[in-house]
Amino acid sequence: MVKPSVESAEPAKPARRVQPVGRRVSAWLHRHAGVRLTALLVAPLTWLVVAYLGALGVLLVSAFWTVNGFTGDVVHQPTVDNFRTIVSEAVYRRVTIRSIGVAAAVTVVTAVIALPMAFYMAKVARPGRRRWLVIAILTPLWASYLVKAYAWRVLLANGGPIDSLLGGPGRGPGYGLTATVIVLSYLWLPYMILPLFAGLERLPDSLLEASADLGARSWRTFRSVVMPMIVPSLFAGSIFTFSLSLGDYITVQIVGGKTQLIGNLVYANIGAANNLPFAAALATIPVAVMVIYLFAVRRSGALEEL
Amino acid sequence: MRPTKWWTAAAAVGLLVLAACGDNADSGSGSGPGGIKPPKIDKMASLGAGEGSVNIIAWAGYVENGSTDPKVDWVTGFEKETGCKVNVKIGATSDEMVTLMKTGEYDTVSASGDASLRLIYGGDVAPVNTDLIPNYKDVFDGLKNKAWNSVDGVSYGVPHGRGANLLMYRTDSVNPAPTSWSAVFDPSSPYKGKVTAYDSPIYIADAALYLMKTKPDLGIKNPYALDDKQFNAAVDLLKQQNKIIGEYWSDYTKEVSAFKAGNSVLGTTWQVIVNLAKADSAPVEAILPSEGATGWSDTWMVAAKAKHPNCAYKWMNHIISPEANAAVAEWFGEAPSNKLACGKTADANHCATFHAEDEAYFDKVWYWTTPITQCVDGRTDVKCKDYAAWTQAWTEIKG
Repeated sequence: MVKPSVESAEPAKPARRVQPVGRRVSAWLHRHAGVRLTALLVAPLTWLVVAYLGALGVLLVSAFWTVNGFTGDVVHQPTVDNFRTIVSEAVYRRVTIRSIGVAAAVTVVTAVIALPMAFYMAKVARPGRRRWLVIAILTPLWASYLVKAYAWRVLLANGGPIDSLLGGPGRGPGYGLTATVIVLSYLWLPYMILPLFAGLERLPDSLLEASADLGARSWRTFRSVVMPMIVPSLFAGSIFTFSLSLGDYITVQIVGGKTQLIGNLVYANIGAANNLPFAAALATIPVAVMVIYLFAVRRSGALEEL
Repeated sequence: MRPTKWWTAAAAVGLLVLAACGDNADSGSGSGPGGIKPPKIDKMASLGAGEGSVNIIAWAGYVENGSTDPKVDWVTGFEKETGCKVNVKIGATSDEMVTLMKTGEYDTVSASGDASLRLIYGGDVAPVNTDLIPNYKDVFDGLKNKAWNSVDGVSYGVPHGRGANLLMYRTDSVNPAPTSWSAVFDPSSPYKGKVTAYDSPIYIADAALYLMKTKPDLGIKNPYALDDKQFNAAVDLLKQQNKIIGEYWSDYTKEVSAFKAGNSVLGTTWQVIVNLAKADSAPVEAILPSEGATGWSDTWMVAAKAKHPNCAYKWMNHIISPEANAAVAEWFGEAPSNKLACGKTADANHCATFHAEDEAYFDKVWYWTTPITQCVDGRTDVKCKDYAAWTQAWTEIKG
């Protein structure tokens, strides 16, 4: 038997004369606003400038270097050769256009699937069920990216489940561009559903009712009331799906057959060709595409939805 | 005005970073092969105690500890005997191996001929003191001090073994069985979309080898020495081949799974992949086509800045010991480098099958070699395409 201790139940007596150190520090900080702000911002700013912009800076600088073709050592002499190659060789234009096409296709596919899904979750499903649906959407994100991609390699294999579903070996899409778009859409779907769901949840039901009262059919309501209000959410989701697809190289390696995207070229130049400067030059393409895309999206007000 | 200030600060720090990077800008390593000498690095003078571990870069199947197949194990015994724990990183291509060696994290590497010279001239590997490797004396003389494992008579490694790249096909769907590389270069192939090829610029040599036999008027004497016209012909052949390719492979597990499922039915391979696919009950066979083949003669090299040099030397001695060399040669499907290994193979005919002592046979196998501007076939009147050009072309071929 253990007796309950009586002493521990007594409240600790506060020290009256000497203030605790923490209190003094906070009082001092209260008087010095500048120091307070500095202490607060130094960590995030260090991260932003050194780790984030610093890495981008190094990337940009190294894009102007070259590599000794034989020994593979980096030659630290600035030149625009890398960019000249990228602009003059047709293959890089083709791969860029293909990558943007895949990213756009993935964005469209996820949007088309996510819209009704998010609408059902936000407006039709009862609140209890809604919570489960959100969990169901998030669950695939817990599984490893690689496992999911390899699972699709099995699904899409010759004579695999998708082939049998469509009536025999070779009937399915097999490995290639189509498979890449399918798998990327599968992987990034949650990133499209969630912003749409958040946007639709904020849309007051009264607007839909008013539209109905004024005689609008459901399509008209969707087009004139729902769509304009969720366009920012749609763009917010598309930033995720578009940028994630644009930089991906693993999925396309696993199910893409012989397809190569920008990510593969970057990877091949780092891993295989040991040409870090050229890889850096290639990596500026998606950065440029995303900057243009973000500027376009900013006009829609979607950045507030992030 | 506050945002302006932030931007200024960010830009200032950015400039500092740039300046710091700029300071590193040394002269590079100069003119490339031809006149240049490899950096002076001393070889190890005497062997000390093991460091407790060794970090190895190897081809798939070169370092087996029984986890792939319990019967295939020449690492556990080594670890017990020397106390050197073996950490292995599989390299999928020679380029990847060179890149990995440059990280300085690894002690030893099984370099093929298209990696070894790049490592030597890059100063990434040190000369090897073969006196410290007792098993070196039993290595075939035909493999010692060759162009790909030594410079000016200084040995940079110990020979591991050699072999040829093969043509693998699925016996249930490829009919009749192929005998020539033309099977993978035929634009009207009935196996369109199910042909595979090795995903590395060095594969251009396979096309050049095929052209060497089928288009003699191009005058190709060595598939690694291609002038403009010859190179363009090889690249065109591969661009045409791209239309019938289903998938390129560099990860050997990817090729095994593709052949097992039937996504690939025909394409270039290594003997070890054939073994793995067969173990996975895929109906495959492999042949050495009539044109001959590209191949490899691998060398174990030790990193210039190895953190575990003693364990690395112990490993090099172990991997060319008769028992281990026989085991790895049988598992990978190649000719061993140690004469005594031929007496230790489970299949008594292994050395005969893989032509271990048949120098005439290996004259027809074109070992992977780094293409350089100075044509490796000895021509001096033209410039050959170097490996950078090969890499560039490989991207274009894949489109």
